[in-house]
Amino acid sequence: MVADIVASLKHKPGALLPVLHEIQRQFGHVPEEAVELIARGLDLPIAEVHGVISFYHYFSTSPRGRHVVEICRAESCQAMGGRELELFAKQKLGLNYSETTADQQITLEFVHCLGNCACSPSVRVGTQIYGRMSSERFEALIDELGAPALEAR
Amino acid sequence: MLEYFDPRNDIDPERDYGTAAPSTDPVPTGDLVDLVVDGAKVRVPDGTSVMRAASIAGINIPKLCATDSLEAYGSCRLCLVEIGGKAGYSASCTTLVEEGMEVSTQSDKLGRLRRNVMELYISDHPLDCLTCSANGDCELQDMAGIVGLREQRYGDGGSNHLDDMPDGSNPYFQYDPAKCIVCSRCVRACEQIQGTYALSISGRGFASRISAGQGQPFMDSDCVSCGACVQACPTATLTEKTIIATGQPDHSVITTCAYCGVGCAFKAEMKGDQVVRMVPWKGGRANRGHACIKGRFAFGYASHKDRITQPMIRQSIDLPWRNVSWDEAFEFAAGRLRSIQAEYGRDSVGGITSSRCTNEEIYLVQKMVRAAFGNNNIDNCARVCHAPTGFGLKTTLGESAGTQTFDSVEKTDVMLVIGANPTESHPVFGSRMRKRLREGTRLIVVDPRRIDLVKSPHAETAYHLKLLPGTNVALINALAHVIVDEGLEQAAFIAQRCEREAFDTWRTFIGDSRHSPEQTEQYTGVPAEDVRQAARLYATGGNAAIYYGLGVTEHSQGSTAVMGIANLAMLTGNIGREGVGVNPMRGQNNVQGACDMGSFPHELPGYRHLSGDPVRQQFEEAWGVDILPEPGYRITNMLDAAVEGSLKGMYIQGEDIAQSDPNTQHVEAALGNLECLIVQDLFLNETAKYAHVFLPGSTFLEKDGTFTNAERRISPVRKVMAPASGLQEWQVTAGLSRALGYAMDYDHPSEIMDEIAALTPAFGGVSYDRLDREGSLQWPCNEDAPDGTPIMHVEAFVRGKGFFALTEFIPTDEKVTEQFPLLLTTGRILSQYNVGAQTRRTDNVAWHSEDVLEVHAQDAQDRGIENGDLVSLSSRSGITQLHVKVSDRVQPGVVYTTFHHPETGANVITTDNSDWATNCPEYKVTAVQVGKPIGASTSEWQQKHARFSETQIALLDRQGEAQ
Repeated sequence: MVADIVASLKHKPGALLPVLHEIQRQFGHVPEEAVELIARGLDLPIAEVHGVISFYHYFSTSPRGRHVVEICRAESCQAMGGRELELFAKQKLGLNYSETTADQQITLEFVHCLGNCACSPSVRVGTQIYGRMSSERFEALIDELGAPALEAR
Repeated sequence: MLEYFDPRNDIDPERDYGTAAPSTDPVPTGDLVDLVVDGAKVRVPDGTSVMRAASIAGINIPKLCATDSLEAYGSCRLCLVEIGGKAGYSASCTTLVEEGMEVSTQSDKLGRLRRNVMELYISDHPLDCLTCSANGDCELQDMAGIVGLREQRYGDGGSNHLDDMPDGSNPYFQYDPAKCIVCSRCVRACEQIQGTYALSISGRGFASRISAGQGQPFMDSDCVSCGACVQACPTATLTEKTIIATGQPDHSVITTCAYCGVGCAFKAEMKGDQVVRMVPWKGGRANRGHACIKGRFAFGYASHKDRITQPMIRQSIDLPWRNVSWDEAFEFAAGRLRSIQAEYGRDSVGGITSSRCTNEEIYLVQKMVRAAFGNNNIDNCARVCHAPTGFGLKTTLGESAGTQTFDSVEKTDVMLVIGANPTESHPVFGSRMRKRLREGTRLIVVDPRRIDLVKSPHAETAYHLKLLPGTNVALINALAHVIVDEGLEQAAFIAQRCEREAFDTWRTFIGDSRHSPEQTEQYTGVPAEDVRQAARLYATGGNAAIYYGLGVTEHSQGSTAVMGIANLAMLTGNIGREGVGVNPMRGQNNVQGACDMGSFPHELPGYRHLSGDPVRQQFEEAWGVDILPEPGYRITNMLDAAVEGSLKGMYIQGEDIAQSDPNTQHVEAALGNLECLIVQDLFLNETAKYAHVFLPGSTFLEKDGTFTNAERRISPVRKVMAPASGLQEWQVTAGLSRALGYAMDYDHPSEIMDEIAALTPAFGGVSYDRLDREGSLQWPCNEDAPDGTPIMHVEAFVRGKGFFALTEFIPTDEKVTEQFPLLLTTGRILSQYNVGAQTRRTDNVAWHSEDVLEVHAQDAQDRGIENGDLVSLSSRSGITQLHVKVSDRVQPGVVYTTFHHPETGANVITTDNSDWATNCPEYKVTAVQVGKPIGASTSEWQQKHARFSETQIALLDRQGEAQ
């Protein structure tokens, strides 16, 4: 599968980043075992692929929860109560950044700017961005994320 | 004003100028720029950095991330300077000089800036300088001193890396991240100098760390242990384990590596008479400051416990050895040789020299054979590697040597690599090739196997022509055919420089459709269209250079292939200037020299045939003896004669024919038949187990002399410690010769070189004085070429007009059959050297502890074989057993192995086939079968060999017992 992704994107200029994005999209992370396949497929040294993956916080090398919740820590969000939101989120989930809940449902991450500054503070879940986030709205959001999974059990 | 200087003479290799010169040309062609640095006027070539210009003026700007072996990086911010008219502070390493520039390297403001930068570095660095392994050789320590750092205000409470654990997985060096300042010099060295790209910076910001491979221990990564990172490291982060164990050296001596034909210059760094490390010397013109795992680290064999340092003799090979004095050994050996000659005739003894030895040693042995043995039974191991090069290039171009200097690769636009594996066998030159390939040079590889060069990081291979072993000549002819067929030849060059008649004949010959790629495809297996395109690229892609190795010479048509290669170069006018030419990649350190020194049965020094009366008389006069005008035995003839019983005595210097020569069982039969075998070596090698006299050899660290590398460069080998046996090898040869009744009176090898220079025109201008002064010289070096000759055949070919030789393809007799359906080709691996006598006695075995057989998945599947299985490998010559590596490097129908380990007996498999002109063995083509192991884990030969070896080692241990 990794080889297929590499093959489908290798013609792009600077193909490494598109490949890593696609792998993370499909697998939820970039598995360690994928690195050699990527390197071979793109004719890049293994060390270079490793260097790029480890440079971007966005890429994770270990499995993450079903939902990745990212809290913005950039200037505008901080000015609008982002720090309090961070604290609340950590408490609510019982997680530090880059940690995942025991039921593998939610991973908490931070980002620097989601381009939604007018509606600070912002949170992103998957590809969906939520603005004007408060503790209450965050709690509701998390409950919503957790609910279907609980039902599914 | 400091005038622009001539870097040929004025660059000091001991200094670090911070950034490289803008061009490697001896005299740069670009414009010169005037600037002022701290009030001093400097004139430098355009493209020079401010840092380098200052350094040339004697002003050393503080720096950490810059070093002149790497491209400027601009990350450490210590080298900031003020430039008149420019706002702010510029990094002097990345700022290039401009006309009229005024630079200040010192001011209060700069001083504060630098101290602040240093303070930040030191805030995450252990302050254990006194007990640190880099104490005395640490640029961080030096810079802290130079910028005047007096305090570190950040305390030690914050985050830091001081508890990071060292990685000692590599046997030769340690990586200690706690000492790392993340200057990236190691990463850049791995990329820019070595070209392996095994290192990167992982993480970012504070988390940035050097990481090997995928964040692995160094040994598990792609690291090839060349040591470039260790050398580039400004701190103790990457340090040789010998330095950690023993401390900094107290003095150093420049010498020449004794491994491959690249001939790297090294600084042997010493403590008393102990070598603590070998560091590639920046002043070395063959290696330009780079090294490989062998030269850099694998010198421990010199003090290995297996070394034999006492002369030994025994009456017969089933008796224990007896330690004797040198004189007793000489008398015993001479007495035996003389009585053999008395009984069986003058021709019943012969000698073999080694391409591992110095020019002076080789010259003396051939002199001893001719003068004291009284025959021409002298050959050297070039017979089994590059003899076809000598013959083929002499015939076509007029000189038995490569046409180029290594630096020439930097002007090459198209590389045609045939049957060579430079990144394994000539690693330092391989790195230079890769560097050029990254700059966009097009690469054509002709090889049955996918060599590493085909997959070089950040470089492309235009064509890999995967031919079947044994079809070089067909392919080379096809390339020539296309060039002629499509009218791509350089008619003016041919008309002016080559023999008309020979060319016309050849033109008709090669134009025939039997040489067309469409026709030769049936032999080579290479698609015709690929051959056509590769030929067009070679003929029209600009400066095109051919690099070839033993994959060309070690064939039944080795000489034909070499002539075909020369034809290609002449046909396209790719000869006689930089960037082009014919480059034989010489296997051993002194193959070129061994051939130059006349250690051939038919030639006197300087490739002059014995039958020429004036030449022979010159030597007869100088040596005071009569020299036979008829050629003597080649190695193969000697072995045949020994088996048949007419040759009874041999002197073998530094060569292990029982492991390295083909058809081992034939060699063993020959050695076993001798009445007197004298072996001179460091160890009791496979050949020495058949010997009656053992004369201990000296390592390259224990003697003075010279080696001549693949670019005809004569470089000095210097004694850094006393010979363990008490005598240097040339003294041993002289001693034996004296005992034979022919005195040789030399006090020093320089006198031998003087004799060589006096008798050999190409060496006329060579002397130890000049080598000491100039570092190295490329022959011909004489009245016509006082400074030596980096590029040959510039105005005219050495033979006058170039000669197009006819190169009919005749398939080898070694054909696949139902019984032996696969083709075996043999080669080398980076970490081991030849028979491995030295490298197997170092930590290099951590990389290659046994020879394995590469088999394509399809062939493995057909035989029910899996990766790692033990298999039997059989040919018409013999059977051995070894483990399999299933690999897509080889194509279906082809298997590959190395011959570094005696237990494997790869040469039990190879056959007696050899080159039609020179008898160079056909190592590269053997029809074989691979199958399930037969009974035990080893073959019958392997068991016999193991028993014999065991007995012989026991006889060595019982030495001293009464015979």
